[in-house]
Amino acid sequence: MASAPPDHRTVRRWNQRTLAPWLFLTPGLFMFAVYVLWPIVESITLSFYDWNGLYNQDGEFTGTFVGMGNYAELMTDPAFETSLWNNLKWLVLYMAALPIGLFIAIFLNQTVTGIRLYKSLFFFPFVISQVVVGLIFAWFYAPNFGLFYLLTEAVMGQGTAILADPDLVTYGIIVAGLWPQIAYVMILYLTGLNNVAPDQIEAARLDGAKGWRMLWYVVLPQLRPATFIAVIVTVIGALRSFDLVSIMTTGGPFGSSRVLSYYMFEMALGEFGFRMGYGAAIAVVLFAIMMIFISGFIWKMWRDEKER
Amino acid sequence: MFPRPIQQSSPGVQWLYTLALPVALLIWLFPLLGVALTSLRPASDLAQGNYFGMPSGIAWENYIYIFTETPIGQYMVNSLWVTIPTVIGAVGLSLMTGFALAVYGFRGNILVFFMFVAGNFVPFQILMVPVRDMTLNLGMYDTWYGLALFHIAFQTGFCTLFMRNFIKALPYELIEAARVEGVAEWRIFWFIVLPLMRPAIAALSVLVFTFIWNDFFWATVLTQGVDSQPITAGLSSLNGQWIAQWHLVSAGSILAALPPVLMFFLMQKHFIAGLTLGAVK
Amino acid sequence: MVHRKAGALALVAALLMSTSAIAQDKRVVTWNADYDPIPLAAAEALIADFEAANPEIDVQLTNFDHEAYKNAIRNFLTADPPDLANWYAANRMRPFVEAGLFADISDVWANNGLNESLASSVLSSTIDGKQYAIPYTYYQWGIYYNRDAYAAAGVELPGEGGVTWEQFLANCEKFKAAEIDCVTTGSSALWPVAGIFDYLSLRTNGYQFHSDLAAGRISWTSPETRAVFAEFAKLQPYVTANHAAIDWQDAAAIFVQNKAAHYVMGNFAVGVFKEGGMTNDNLGFMVFPEITPGIARAEEAPTDTIHLTSGAKNPDDAKTFLAYIASAEAQSKWNAAVGQLPTNKDATVDPADPFLTAGFQALSTATGGIAQFWDRDADAEYAKAGMEGFQQFLVQPDQLEAILERLEQTRLRLYPQ
Repeated sequence: MASAPPDHRTVRRWNQRTLAPWLFLTPGLFMFAVYVLWPIVESITLSFYDWNGLYNQDGEFTGTFVGMGNYAELMTDPAFETSLWNNLKWLVLYMAALPIGLFIAIFLNQTVTGIRLYKSLFFFPFVISQVVVGLIFAWFYAPNFGLFYLLTEAVMGQGTAILADPDLVTYGIIVAGLWPQIAYVMILYLTGLNNVAPDQIEAARLDGAKGWRMLWYVVLPQLRPATFIAVIVTVIGALRSFDLVSIMTTGGPFGSSRVLSYYMFEMALGEFGFRMGYGAAIAVVLFAIMMIFISGFIWKMWRDEKER
Repeated sequence: MFPRPIQQSSPGVQWLYTLALPVALLIWLFPLLGVALTSLRPASDLAQGNYFGMPSGIAWENYIYIFTETPIGQYMVNSLWVTIPTVIGAVGLSLMTGFALAVYGFRGNILVFFMFVAGNFVPFQILMVPVRDMTLNLGMYDTWYGLALFHIAFQTGFCTLFMRNFIKALPYELIEAARVEGVAEWRIFWFIVLPLMRPAIAALSVLVFTFIWNDFFWATVLTQGVDSQPITAGLSSLNGQWIAQWHLVSAGSILAALPPVLMFFLMQKHFIAGLTLGAVK
Repeated sequence: MVHRKAGALALVAALLMSTSAIAQDKRVVTWNADYDPIPLAAAEALIADFEAANPEIDVQLTNFDHEAYKNAIRNFLTADPPDLANWYAANRMRPFVEAGLFADISDVWANNGLNESLASSVLSSTIDGKQYAIPYTYYQWGIYYNRDAYAAAGVELPGEGGVTWEQFLANCEKFKAAEIDCVTTGSSALWPVAGIFDYLSLRTNGYQFHSDLAAGRISWTSPETRAVFAEFAKLQPYVTANHAAIDWQDAAAIFVQNKAAHYVMGNFAVGVFKEGGMTNDNLGFMVFPEITPGIARAEEAPTDTIHLTSGAKNPDDAKTFLAYIASAEAQSKWNAAVGQLPTNKDATVDPADPFLTAGFQALSTATGGIAQFWDRDADAEYAKAGMEGFQQFLVQPDQLEAILERLEQTRLRLYPQ
């Protein structure tokens, strides 16, 4: 079959257009695959093994395959149950960051002198490391001299050492976590409020809407993108609650403040742990919980993408 | 504007508002102020039980002590060694991935994009054991680059999301026009898109800097000694040695918090632009 | 999956090597340790003595942070083994022995008559009939008391032989009336409560019971175990409140400030008490009181050990050094500098230190046996579960049944009958 020689330039350009994205993607994709995707597969595999993390002298893996053994053990593990419940408490109570953050955002959404500085200072806690937040609150809660202890002592006659109380400890840590989280939500809502359409507000005002009704029927619907992001980051924050637990209580007293992220670390790398397979199984459960939220997020993004 | 501008309210309400602002701020930052104050309290105050009263003097020596008697300076340097390469690496990689995903409509584009986004939300624990094992096998355990490499890879997820959306918002006609002119793809990236990315690069740089500086989990998992531990992990181990010495714990905390706070104040606009990406559409 | 590449960690190795100059003409023995400054200086003094006697050997010590070491040893034993490594006796060394990472040094024991001179530590150094450790130091546990607190509460000081258990509890009542904590502890790290439980267990049922309980051979719901908790319940009301939120050093501050009368602790705490201002005049030591009459007195004395690694490059010279560490001369010197007790029965203790002499006395007359400590005698996971149970009981004594049931379930899972 005879045909005219193809236009050299077009072919090269076509090739370039097909190849270019992959060339641009390769370094990032490679790193991501090595450090994120592959480890997920490996962790899932490892969760079917019993392994103390040691290799023998020849560098061979010393684990043994136990099938669903680790998962079966999780079902009857009271520490796992405690962690799961605490995670639930974190998830539910962390949501308080939304209304409080919105409230502060509304409070600060004014144009008076120095308001920019106020906004930044309110945002402050989010910029600080959770390690520091944990230390600050540990000091605040400290028995005998901590400010919170002294306050409860003054009010109720007997001081409450939150971090020593198995029933209160998790709430104490959640409050510490809420501090930066509220700041984060606040800044999301401040940005959102900035973009609320003024004409709609004015129109609603003319219709006599104000206060709560205005907030609920006019403002909140316009803040939906901000709310969505705020929910996502708050859920992630609640499930990643490792730093504060580790700094403030190391899961104590007697494991009452454990959450899955910390329990996993404790089992895998803690002083009495080195049960890598069991730790991996806990991680898989945490991953599965997170996947519910990730899927929701992706689903919404996909919908948004299609609309474009 | 919501709420109604305070200027439209009665003078009494306006007066109340200007009063409420500093009071609210004081309550909000109270724990932090307490710690800042404690960091300057002489040790003798704490020994005598003066935890919250007037300090008997300003003890800058607390700061001098932690710099001279503990490796906190080394920890801060270690943090920089991890943080700066991570910022450069993650921003660099995601410029490319973001460009690829925003500009080319290849098959699987959306899949790759969602993979980056989803990876960004994965709990760290599912990566912990294999990443630690791999880092050990590569001889990079307890080194700044072992930690930085992981951070670069992980942050690429978030950064790609950011960059891709940013580039998507650029006028596509620019790229089309260049292609008509016969400009090579990499030149389009380098000479047309990159110069427009400055705000995005700035925003991501401050964000990634803060995230990595404040990271504690991976610092704990991938480093262990004074020679490579970043400040978060270092502060945690110093805390173990400074039991009941809250003036030192406080001074250490303030120091650890300082760099991201400075970064935030210097680059506030970019910082918030980065964080609130997607909050408005 | 997860196969290790040979020669990994080369870089870390290079970094470690570069910390000390390598003398080419000498035979090098490498030793990884986890010493605080004072023990480190003492170890370096030992090395100097050893090298003077063996000029052809160069011992190179690489020191790690104490906490980081627990993690580091798991890596370097496979990736880059030194010749010698610090660790602990009994169950703590078992994972490394079973993974084949610690070498059998029964010959060092046999050739140097250590079964004789280190008699009290044979058991804790032995797994399956072979020795894997050289024990070189231990320290006693017991009750430290504050004479000023006694004076403040108007309680008569314990005599030479300590007090009876009834007397101890009666005294506690008096301390309580004077608003002084009878027993203080800070259990946020869990292990301090294990010391209290261990003594109650050793005194109620004896050494064999402690050992069997730690090994999972005794039910938590057995009458013997319940008897221990019954004694624990008597003590519970007199222990510092909120102990679960504070560290042992915080509790030491309470003790030093005369707000507490007793502290069940290891001898390493004496340094902290003295830093806080106590002296030999107001700090006292007694052995834990007898509870069940006639039971042979056993004591807790956790032992620190040095091990030969399986990957040692110079095992012969390393063994020479181990034999030296086991000797009475080296142990006397190291322990005198550190303020701990030598395990070699021919070694000497500083007679001017009342706590060391008391400890040496207490341990050498402990006919019941020497326990390592709950978290070294029990397997790691079991140890942790136990300590959480002890801490919970001390906070919520009414939860006894739930605690025992949970511990029993853990036992049945870890040690299927």
